[in-house]
Amino acid sequence: MLHIINKSPFENNSLLSCLRVASAAKGHAILFIEDGVYGVMQGTAVEKSVRDAMANMAVYALNPDLEARGVQGRVMDGVKLVDYDGFVDLVAEHDNVQSWL
Amino acid sequence: MKFAIMINEGPYTHQATDSAYLFARAALAKGHEVTRVFFYHDGVNNATRLTVPPADDRHIVNRWSELAKAHDLDLVVCIAAAQRRGLMDENEAKRQGKDANNIAPGFRISGLGQLVEAGIQSDRLVVFGD
Amino acid sequence: MSEEMDMDEGGTVKKFMFVNRKAPYGTIYALEGLEVVLISAAFDQDVSLAFLDDGVYELVKGQNTKAVEMKNFSSTYRALEGYDIEKLYVERESLEARGLSEGDLLVDVQILSAAEMGEMMAAQDVVISF
Repeated sequence: MLHIINKSPFENNSLLSCLRVASAAKGHAILFIEDGVYGVMQGTAVEKSVRDAMANMAVYALNPDLEARGVQGRVMDGVKLVDYDGFVDLVAEHDNVQSWL
Repeated sequence: MKFAIMINEGPYTHQATDSAYLFARAALAKGHEVTRVFFYHDGVNNATRLTVPPADDRHIVNRWSELAKAHDLDLVVCIAAAQRRGLMDENEAKRQGKDANNIAPGFRISGLGQLVEAGIQSDRLVVFGD
Repeated sequence: MSEEMDMDEGGTVKKFMFVNRKAPYGTIYALEGLEVVLISAAFDQDVSLAFLDDGVYELVKGQNTKAVEMKNFSSTYRALEGYDIEKLYVERESLEARGLSEGDLLVDVQILSAAEMGEMMAAQDVVISF
C-alpha cells in the first residue's frame, strides 16, 4: 500500500499517525508531497521516526515539491526522490493508495 | 492502467489541485487512462469559469478545461457540494431560479454516485486534498 | 438527495474504506464524508469506515448543535446499520490519546490496534479520505 503524506509534521499529526498504523507491517510505502516533504529533512525532530520506519517501508519524496521549497539539499539519506512520472509509477505499482489528509 | 482522481480543495489556497493536475498530466503522458476527475468539498470551486488569476500565474480552471478537451476527460463536480458553494450549470440555475451560472467548459455537475462508480471502474483512485 | 445513480456495475464488488480523521463541525469534511458513505450503500460494495485521530470525535455521544445553529448529523452514524454499513473501525490509540473509551461512543464499533488498522487498510481496493 502507498501512503501519501502532504502535511508538514510540525503542523499536523498525519505523518506520525501514518507511521503508527503502517510501519509495523511489510509492504507499505510512503510518498511525501507538498508540505509533507518537510518530513524527510535531516536533523528534524521527526528524523528518527522516519528513519525507524525505513526498516520496513520504502520512503519517497516528490522532488518538484522539495525544489519549490528550497530544501532539496537537506533530504535524509535513503529517501528516494521521484518526479510526477515517478509518482504515477508508485501509484501503479502499489495495489492501493491512501492519502492522509 | 485506469486512474480516478478526487480533488477535495479549491484552487490557489491549497496545492491539492495543482498536484492532481500534474499527476493527471503525467499519467496521461505515460499512456494511462484517467477515467474521471471528481471534485468534492471546496474542490468544486475549481470549476468556476469566473476565475481571473493574475496574468503571470497559472490559470488552474482553464488548465483543467484544456486538459479535458485534449484527452476527453470526464471532470465531474459533485452537485450537493456545488449547490452549497454557489456553483451551477445552466440547467441547475434554471431549476433553482438563479439568474446566472458559472461552470467552466469541460466540467459537468453530477451526483456523488459518480465518485463511487469511478472507484469501482478504475484500477486506482488517488485523493488530493488538505 | 438529488443524486442520479448507475447501480449496474456488472456485479463488481470492491472493498471501499472511508477514512475519517477530522473532527465534526469545525470543518465540513465529516458531514460531506458521511454523504459519500450513504451514497456508496446503493452500489452494493463492501464498505467500511475507519476512524482515526480527530475522526473519533465524530462518534462522541451527546453532540448538541442547537446553539451553533449547525445540523447535528451524529445520529446518522447510528442509521448506517440500516444501509447495511456495519463495519465501523476505530483505532484504539487515537481513542486513548483523547481520553476516550468505547463507552463514550454513540454507535457500536470494532476497536482495532494501530497495526490491525494498518492491515485493514492494506486489504482495501479503494481508500477514500476527506
